[in-house]
Amino acid sequence: MSDTGAPGGRPDEPAEAPAGPQRVIGTPAPAQARTLLGDGAGDGDGAQPVPRELPADPQNLKQAKTAERIVSWLFILSALASIGFIAAYIGLEVGSVDAVLRSNLALGLSMSVAFLALAVGAVIWVRYIMPDVELTEQRHVLRSSPEDRKAFKETFDEGADASQFVKRPMLRRTLIAASVPLAIAPIVLLRDMGPLPGKSLDHTVWRPGMRLLRYGGNTPITPGEFSSPGGMITVVPEGFQDDPNALAAATAIIIKFQPGVLAPPTVLNWTVDNIVCYSKICTHVGCPAALYEQTTHHILCPCHQSTFDAPRGATVLFGPAPRPLPQLPLTTDTEGFLVAQSDFHEPVGPSYWERP
Amino acid sequence: MTLTEKLIEGTGSWLDDRFHGAKGFRTLFRKIFPDHWTFLLGEIALYSFIILLLTGTFLTFWFQPSMTEVVYHGSYTGLHGVRMSEAYASTLNISFDVRGGLLIRQIHHWAADLFVAAILVHWLRIFFTGAYRKPREVNWLIGLVMFTLALLEGLFGYSLPDDLLSGTGLRITEGVLLSIPLVGTYLSYFLFGGPFPGNLIVPRLYIIHVLLIPALILALLSAHLFIMFWQKHTQMPGEGRTDKNVVGAPTYPYFAAKTGAFFFFTFAATALAATFAQINPIWLYGPYTPVGISAGSQPDFYMGFLEGSLRLWPSWTWNIFGHVVAWNVLIPALVPLGLILTGAAFWPFIEQWITGDRREHHVNDRPRNAPTRTAIGMAAITFYGVLWLEGANDVIADHLNISLYLTTEIARYAIIIGPIVAYWVTKRICLGLQRKDLHLLEHGVETGIIRQLPTGEYVEVTRPLTDEEVAALDVKRPPALPVGAAQGELEVPPTGQRGGLGEVRERAYKVLTESVPLDGHGNGYGGHGNGHGDGHAGEHTAVPSGEHAGDGSGEGQEGGGSEAQEGGQA
Repeated sequence: MSDTGAPGGRPDEPAEAPAGPQRVIGTPAPAQARTLLGDGAGDGDGAQPVPRELPADPQNLKQAKTAERIVSWLFILSALASIGFIAAYIGLEVGSVDAVLRSNLALGLSMSVAFLALAVGAVIWVRYIMPDVELTEQRHVLRSSPEDRKAFKETFDEGADASQFVKRPMLRRTLIAASVPLAIAPIVLLRDMGPLPGKSLDHTVWRPGMRLLRYGGNTPITPGEFSSPGGMITVVPEGFQDDPNALAAATAIIIKFQPGVLAPPTVLNWTVDNIVCYSKICTHVGCPAALYEQTTHHILCPCHQSTFDAPRGATVLFGPAPRPLPQLPLTTDTEGFLVAQSDFHEPVGPSYWERP
Repeated sequence: MTLTEKLIEGTGSWLDDRFHGAKGFRTLFRKIFPDHWTFLLGEIALYSFIILLLTGTFLTFWFQPSMTEVVYHGSYTGLHGVRMSEAYASTLNISFDVRGGLLIRQIHHWAADLFVAAILVHWLRIFFTGAYRKPREVNWLIGLVMFTLALLEGLFGYSLPDDLLSGTGLRITEGVLLSIPLVGTYLSYFLFGGPFPGNLIVPRLYIIHVLLIPALILALLSAHLFIMFWQKHTQMPGEGRTDKNVVGAPTYPYFAAKTGAFFFFTFAATALAATFAQINPIWLYGPYTPVGISAGSQPDFYMGFLEGSLRLWPSWTWNIFGHVVAWNVLIPALVPLGLILTGAAFWPFIEQWITGDRREHHVNDRPRNAPTRTAIGMAAITFYGVLWLEGANDVIADHLNISLYLTTEIARYAIIIGPIVAYWVTKRICLGLQRKDLHLLEHGVETGIIRQLPTGEYVEVTRPLTDEEVAALDVKRPPALPVGAAQGELEVPPTGQRGGLGEVRERAYKVLTESVPLDGHGNGYGGHGNGHGDGHAGEHTAVPSGEHAGDGSGEGQEGGGSEAQEGGQA
């Protein structure tokens, strides 16, 4: 701190008054806004007694006394709450919804009170029991003095010279040559984080003749028994009903319409008995397009509200989805159950760079 | 000497013998922290982070970061016999079979929301008061990185329980990754270890969530705090506060006690929320399956703007050379956050370039005293706010009973118009507030007393401002210095004569430094009462008081010259 001399225009005369000559030691300290460490007092001349800068007692003793009592009560309350917390932990079992709710209330309330009482107590303590004080500390320009900067530069240059880094270009260049592949190597090491995508995103597990199962019940469906025109059910490919990776792409929905409602661009050859099947994976970012409005025949994705026109090839009516939901070609097998004619004829789900 | 005194002195002496700490610790004890309520916002973020570390550690004692499928037979009977991942089952276990588990889980989640919220408002405080200015640019950048990490950390933590809601969040993450040109599918396959969802994502996110990002945040946080400590805290304008000092209470005991109390407040607030406000009840959502989804699913609030952005943007997609560029995902996922973060990262340097102000700043601006900056900030908030509201447009449409699509259409216009209106309105408000300050400085505070003079004339009685009030109001408008003047670069030709870039700079300078001049106030400012940018100044700016009345030529005293330059160009 001595580098700036004495602030406040005071001549710097260290021989006369080396430490904080703002006031005579022993006289009462001015109440407010004094300089802390301002006059070289902090420079470690330990022999000098450090003048008192914080008042020993609060300005309003009566108020402090009241505050002291309040704070003590708060601290006692905090202690009781903590004890209550321990008691609630020991006394209250968990293991059912009701028990957990009881336990959560007791533990949470006691914990909150324990912290809150401590917090309020500490704030009252600082505000009403500790004496008011406002000190001023000087700042110094962060930029170092020219001498220091020069000395640093010399030290740096000396080190650079001693290292021979500048003088010996072969060392320098080979070091750089060594570091480049070393930096690439860890990236290569991440290669086995996963397989390459290849063409796997282009297809789903649907194959010709594969039955559609109701999601959840896992039962096959006949066109006759699916007799709720206007309803929508989620279907999964038989054999993959518990395979999340397959379902993430292959999940589909079937909707049955009144005769004459279905129209192009729906491929009518791919429907059975006015039942149409679309991919459930939204073409925006892949959420399941799970909401169906019976009156308007709109399929809505709840994530970002892309809206598809179900009777007309699930074309996009609104929202950020760029394409209709792909249609799965349907037929029935010899037992009369709904099956796929083939896989989807285009990739399902969101866009990707290699999408054909 | 009492036993306690002996103990303290003995310990202190023992430590000093070994660490030579007496001097350093004395300085530390007497370090001054200025006081202002907005300085607590960063502390909330800090303490939420500590709460997150404590509660998060507790949760790891039981959480199983595994996607191995199990059939549930635990205490929550509603899901008996349901197939689910071990991650989900262990989260149920924490909630229903570990005493205090639900409480700590909910504190963890609330603290995460509070963490991001506190960072956001702390960030705004720094911006609006100009506390990012030299020498604090590096801390500003560190803060931006920590904010980004906090968003990621939140998203990943939210994804760990593997419930229906969090899995849907990951599905959207996959969709966003896939949209990235050239490498999108590779990134997705590498992250998920193959096709979505795979069985690796939870363990991978787990180690990133509990080790990698917290360690990064901790390191950056330490640097953030150390730099703050080293450069000393900024202070709000007031009596006796200058760029060369710091006024406040010492660390020991004042700041230490206050900040300790604040930690308890933060903990109490999150504990109260966890006690009375249920958050993320994963047992109601069910385990994740790519087949299902629940309507009205909402992410945590800090992801809302991304969700809204994805909802708002239209379905533009390109097919070029046999490849798909999914602008409909790419732009809304990357551009808004990119705009805000990049803009924020460059802003301190852009402002320095425009104003030529290379001085150190330790006294904060009141937002009104930097109208253009404040207006830019409000425009950014509006931009973010529109996206955020659009992220909940289904809820809004439901409550207001209007069409879902109408809310999106409105948001598509509001995202453009909103920020412009916010900019303009904010700037007018700031200039108006400056005029009010000027009025107070010149005429004092209206007391509400009307006095009749012996002549019959009525006058209003005003009270002159106290020194303290004057100090808070009478702030030198900071950027009012000629470009290049800061470091004596006066040989540089005047602005506007240095080609295209110089012209851009001069224009930006005029916009950025637009302020009501502190005319006629006897403080050394030049007394020129002529208008400036907005053309309204004449109506409100008082006629300069007597001794300065004729001083409108622009040859003001020290400090007036630059304003004359500004005024002359109006």
